[in-house]
Amino acid sequence: MRLSQLKVGESGTVKEFTDLEMSVKLMEMGCLPGEKVRVERIAPLGDPIAINVAGYQLSLRKREASTIILMST
Amino acid sequence: MKADIRIALVGNPNTGKSTLFNVLTGLNQKIGNFPGVTVDKKVGYCNLPDGRTAEIIDLPGTYSLYPKSRDESIVFSVLADSSNELNPDLVIVILDATNLKRNLLLYTQVADLKIPVIIALNMMDMAKKADLTIDVDDFARKLGVPVIPVSARKVEGIDKLKEAITFANKIALQQNSIDIEAIAPQLIESIKQEIGVDNPYFALQLAHQHETLAFLTPQQSDRIEELEKEHSFHSQKAQGAETIARYNFINDLLYDTVTQSVTAEDETLSNRIDKILTHKVFGFIIFFGILMFIFQSIFAWSAYPMSLIADGFVWLQSNLHHYLPAGILANLLIDGVIAGLSGVMVFIPQIAILFAFISILEDTGYMSRVTFMMDKIMRKVGLNGKSVVPLIGGFACAVPSIMSTRTIENWKDRMITIMVTPLVTCSARLPVYTLLISLVVPNKNIWWIFNMQGLALTAMYLFSLVSAVVVAWVMKYILKSRERGYFIMELPVYRMPRWNNVLHSMFDRAKTFVFEAGKVIIAVSVILWVLASYGPGNRFDQIDRKYQQTQYQKAGPDSLKRMVASEKLENSYAGVLGHVIEPAIKPLGFDWKIGIALITSFAAREVFVGTMATMYSVNGDAEKIESVQQKMRTARNEQTGQPVFTLAVAMSLMMFYAFAMQCASTVAVVYRETKNWRWPAAQFAYMTVLAYAASFVTYHLLK
Repeated sequence: MRLSQLKVGESGTVKEFTDLEMSVKLMEMGCLPGEKVRVERIAPLGDPIAINVAGYQLSLRKREASTIILMST
Repeated sequence: MKADIRIALVGNPNTGKSTLFNVLTGLNQKIGNFPGVTVDKKVGYCNLPDGRTAEIIDLPGTYSLYPKSRDESIVFSVLADSSNELNPDLVIVILDATNLKRNLLLYTQVADLKIPVIIALNMMDMAKKADLTIDVDDFARKLGVPVIPVSARKVEGIDKLKEAITFANKIALQQNSIDIEAIAPQLIESIKQEIGVDNPYFALQLAHQHETLAFLTPQQSDRIEELEKEHSFHSQKAQGAETIARYNFINDLLYDTVTQSVTAEDETLSNRIDKILTHKVFGFIIFFGILMFIFQSIFAWSAYPMSLIADGFVWLQSNLHHYLPAGILANLLIDGVIAGLSGVMVFIPQIAILFAFISILEDTGYMSRVTFMMDKIMRKVGLNGKSVVPLIGGFACAVPSIMSTRTIENWKDRMITIMVTPLVTCSARLPVYTLLISLVVPNKNIWWIFNMQGLALTAMYLFSLVSAVVVAWVMKYILKSRERGYFIMELPVYRMPRWNNVLHSMFDRAKTFVFEAGKVIIAVSVILWVLASYGPGNRFDQIDRKYQQTQYQKAGPDSLKRMVASEKLENSYAGVLGHVIEPAIKPLGFDWKIGIALITSFAAREVFVGTMATMYSVNGDAEKIESVQQKMRTARNEQTGQPVFTLAVAMSLMMFYAFAMQCASTVAVVYRETKNWRWPAAQFAYMTVLAYAASFVTYHLLK
C-alpha cells in the first residue's frame, strides 16, 4: 500500500521509501519510517494532497506520495 | 555601524523568525543581498542590557542544513565558513514550541557544528493553548544550552532573550546529539586530517556539500571527492542515516520533557478554515475574488498617490526652471535627473500596495494554500502555484510583480515567472491601446451589448495572458535546472497577519526598489532625455533661427512653440535614430515618426502618446487623447499620400507593444531580482524578436 492510495481521512504508518533522494527530504520533514500519517485533504484538482505528520500539515504531490510505502495492516 | 557581537537567527520557515528579527532590531535594519543569490540579507542592530551592540543577521528559513534550494544553501555557508564576513559569534535557533519535533532537527545539526547556541522557544502562548507542557529547565539541561521561552508576536520574553545573549558563552557548551563519527568513520577522520578541520560534523558536511562551497579551494574539493570514492561514501544514504539518528535522539528528548494532556482529536480551527478555502468550488471563487481585489486595489488605490507624486514633480520641475539659471546643467538636472526620479517614485504606491497584500497572504498562511490549489495547472506550463500572483499583478504593473516572485522558492519556476510577467498587459500599455484602438476600430456595438472597441481591448488582455502561458511552457523545456522539482511543502497553521511585518515589508520593498532599480531607471531617463533634446551639429540653432523669421511670427506664440518642438524632435538624436531604424521597421508598417516614439517610449510605454502628440504638434494639452487621435487620423504618408495609421499599421503597432520590452524600469528590476545582466538581456532579446515577428505577421495579414 502506498500513501498515494489512501483516501481522505485514512491513515497509515510509514514503512519505507522507493526513491532515495525523495526519502531524504521527506525524512527531514519528519516523515520517517514508523511515523503515522493521515490524509487530510486532496487539492481541488486532485493533486497535490495534504497529510498530517509529526503534528503538522505537509503537502506533497501524488507522484511524491507514491514513493512512500505504508505498513500493511 | 560597528557591533560588538554578531548573531545569526536560524530556524524553520513559519516559526516567527522574521517577527523575532523585527522585534529585536526595530527599524534599525538594512536589507541587502547575499552575494551571488537573490535572497534578502537582512541585518539589524540591537542594544544589549550591558551597553554592547549586537549585529543580528536573519538567515533564510530552512528545515535542514542540507540545502534543497539556493536560498537554503546560504545558511550552511554563513555558519561554517569562518572567513565569511557574516560568520556569527553566536547562533539563536528559533524553535516553534508547537512543532518541536521537526524544528529540533535543524537545531541538532547547528549544535553539532559547535558554534555557541541559544534556543528561543517561540510561540509559547500557542503551546499553552494546545495544552503542551514543556519542562524548559530539563530541556535546557539535557541539551546543555540556554533555552528562552518567548512569544515574538506578543513581545514576551524578549528581555530575557537579550539577557541570555549578553551572558552567552564564547565557546560552545552544548551536548552532542548523535554519534557523528559512526556515519562515516574513516572518511570523517581523513577529511579532518587533510583539510584541517577538527569538528567531525563540519567534516561530514564538507563531504556532502564540498561541490557547492565557495570557501573550499578546488584542490580541497577534488581531494574530498577522491576520499569519498576511496571510502565508498554515498551522500544520500548517509544523510538518511543521519536524519534517522537525529530523530531518535529528538524522540527520546521530547519523551522526557514534553507532555501533551489528552490529544483530543477535535478539528482545529485551521482545518475548518481549510475546508472552505481549499474547497473545490468556493476555494477558487475566494481565490479569484482575492486576486481581483488585489488587482483593483493596485489600480484604484495607487491612482491618487501616483498622480500626487507625478504632479509634485511637475510642480518641482516648473519651479526649478523658474528659479535656476537656464542652461544645459539646469536642463540636465530638471528634465533629465528629476524626470527620471519622478519615474522611479511613481512606482512606490503600487509596490507598497502589492507587497502589503503579499505580506498578508504569506503571514496568514494563505499563500501556501494558493500553491496547493494551483499547483496542478501551473505545473503543466512550467510555472508554480505562486506564479499566479505575479501574473495577475502584471496586469497592473510588471515592476512590483517581478519583485514579488521572491516568494517562489524554486529557482526555475521563479525565473520563468520573471521572464513571462512583462508580457501581461500592464497599465502603461492601456493608453497606447486605447489610442490605437479608437483610431481604427469602429465605436459600434455588435449583438447590441458588445462594444467593438471594448472587445478589441479585452482581446488584447486575454491575448497577453495566453502568450505569457505559451512562452512559459516553451521555457520549461529551455531552462535547465539542477534543483529537483519538489513539492514537499509545509502547510502552516492559519494565523492573523502581523501588521508590523506588513509595514516592514511595504517599506523594505519600496526602499530596495528606489535604491537599486532606481539608479538604472534614472540613467536610462537621462540618456533618453539627451537623445530627445539634443541633435547633431547645429541643427537646433538652425531651427531656432528659422522660426525667428518674420513669416513664422504670425502663427502666434503657442503654435510656434509646438512647431519648433516638433521639428527639434525630428532633428534630435532620437529623431536621427528614428530615421536610421526606419528600414528595419518598415516591414512592420512603421515610418520614422513611429520609430522615434518606439525609442522614446522605452522610458515607459505610455510616453508613446506624448511623443505622438509632439510629433504631430498637437494643439493644446497632450493629455487630451482625442486631439492626438485627430492628428494621427489625418496623418498622410509624405510619399504616397496614403493615411499612415491604417488598420494594419495600428494592429501591427499594438502587437509590437504587446510583446516588446518597452520598459526600462522592468529591465532594471529584472536585473535587480536576478543579479545577472544575462537575464534582462535574454528577456529583452526574446521579447523584441517576438514583437517583431508578431507585428510583421499582423501587418502583412491585414495589409
